[in-house]
Amino acid sequence: MTDTTQIKTTPSALTRLWNSDVAWNFRRSWTARISSVLILILFAAALFAPLLATQNPYDISQLFLLDSELPPAWIEGGDPRYFLGTDEQARDLYSSILYGLRLSLIVGFASVALAAVVGISLGLLGGFVGGMVDGAIMRVADILLSFPAILVALLVNGIARGVLPPERHADAAIWVLILAIGLTNWVQYARTVRGSTMVERQKEYVQAARINGVSGMGIMLQHILPNVLGPVLVIATINLGMAVLTEATLSFLGVGMPATQPSLGTLIRIGNEYLFSGIWWVVIFPSVVLVALVLAVNLLGDWLRDALNPKLR
Amino acid sequence: MLGFLIRRIIQSVFVMLAVALIAFMMFRFMGDPVNSMVAETATTEERDAVRERLGLDQPLYVQYGRFVARAATGDFGLSWRNARPVSTLLAERFPATAELVLVAAGLSLVLGIPLGILTALRPHSFSTQALQLMSLVGISLPTFVTGILLILVFSVWLGWLPSFGRGTVVDVGWWSTGFLTLSGLKALILPSVMLCLFQLTLIMRLVRAEMMEVLRTDYIKFAKARGLTNRSIHFHHALKNTLIPVITIFGLQLGGLIAFAIITETVFQWPGMGALFIQAVSFGDVPVMAAYLVLVSLIFVIINTTVDLLYAVLDPRLRVEGARAAH
Repeated sequence: MTDTTQIKTTPSALTRLWNSDVAWNFRRSWTARISSVLILILFAAALFAPLLATQNPYDISQLFLLDSELPPAWIEGGDPRYFLGTDEQARDLYSSILYGLRLSLIVGFASVALAAVVGISLGLLGGFVGGMVDGAIMRVADILLSFPAILVALLVNGIARGVLPPERHADAAIWVLILAIGLTNWVQYARTVRGSTMVERQKEYVQAARINGVSGMGIMLQHILPNVLGPVLVIATINLGMAVLTEATLSFLGVGMPATQPSLGTLIRIGNEYLFSGIWWVVIFPSVVLVALVLAVNLLGDWLRDALNPKLR
Repeated sequence: MLGFLIRRIIQSVFVMLAVALIAFMMFRFMGDPVNSMVAETATTEERDAVRERLGLDQPLYVQYGRFVARAATGDFGLSWRNARPVSTLLAERFPATAELVLVAAGLSLVLGIPLGILTALRPHSFSTQALQLMSLVGISLPTFVTGILLILVFSVWLGWLPSFGRGTVVDVGWWSTGFLTLSGLKALILPSVMLCLFQLTLIMRLVRAEMMEVLRTDYIKFAKARGLTNRSIHFHHALKNTLIPVITIFGLQLGGLIAFAIITETVFQWPGMGALFIQAVSFGDVPVMAAYLVLVSLIFVIINTTVDLLYAVLDPRLRVEGARAAH
């Protein structure tokens, strides 16, 4: 009757993202913006560590023992070549922190990935199959959850160390850490995914797929999985902060990364041993970077949780 | 109530059996302790003698049966590292950890509850804002970083407090206590502050949230309408209902304190069970790890069960519901 119908152009994916609720929320939130900028800087620093560093802290031939225990460049006795000072092995602290940050983030991401894969699989399986399988998975999860994460991680770590011969400890340290932290943190994913799976299982599209003769495995992976992944992103973000912190704690306790391949936690442990000689910089600078990283990831995770929660909109 | 009690105890036994199974599996699947106890050049006969002495030549089910029977009596065999009985090692270290954890738990309650009430009653004052900010920092800082900062400021720069060890301890029976000497008490300050900070902020935030919730309820409004003094309303009527959830969280967190004591003990070289456990982890010393795991799990289970029961005693609603369900 009327010809006022407008021609609608489908907006590009980028425009839609820009106009979405989450993006709008992001533009309004100071904490989200500041923490994501900080995270981007730290990620870039870790990614390009070999380019940004002034020396390779793993390469002993680049170390000059005469330059050990130098204070930061702006303090009396500092050397401009070593901006943040050096440790007792004459490693440039600035370079060590970049490489350490890299290791901390690698362990963090890998263990989050491991926890997510284990947790999602078990949650999906438990929620879909139900019965005994579900009961067994959830009892294990309950028991695991009743112990503090650091204790479980230490235990897995200790078992792995006991299984491996002592001479392999240093090489395997990074894998042991990923395993220990990953196996500690899967419970949250499993619980969340299980809950949503049990809801999705009842829905009509699943019944339709079943009538069409899709196998149980096919329904789980192709139909239910994409619909239960939403909350996983939030858990993964918050978990990354936890994982980085756990790695730092284990390395600080001396059961994580070895001194020859220091992560941020190892650097803090090394610095702690020299605290009384007045060498404060070896302990302070890695701590500042660690705290900044964990705080930024946690703030972003908190924001993401609120932004994606429809109840709070 | 009785049914609830029995259910909780059965559940606890199940958890302990699961933990014992993990501990036994560790014995079964982890490296050969004989290699780490004899010299590199030891003959096969010498190795077999050690193996026999440690009971590792027996079949698996015998080892398992013996393990459970012995664990029940507190016998976890010899440490693989220094060949001393694990139970003696743990008993030596237990008082140090217990004193540290108890002082930290006490501090977190004694400071956390009043601060929580203060911030709830004066939500807009400067001190509240400052405390809220500090608690955010307290939650975000890794505990070992807090500990190092404490040492740096109070031991290295100011030189007021010792940074390692327990000071002079006095033996009371088998229990060695640091409470009775000045140096023992001074040595306790920094570790217990570090250990309690996280708990303190948690309790403060919890009391604050609960208190603000309770202050909005009708019975508080009614108490105001009756003309009761603020003091009586806040501390007599409101506080009682605030503290019930605090007890639950506090109980659950007590287990966390024991776990986090591992970190505190490492930072302050505190000669407790946690330090022993870390050494065991880095050397793969299974008997010590297994014994620590079982002991700590037992403490956890006892605390959790007690908290659940206490909760039922304190909250009359749970009792009534329990009675109704029984009818």
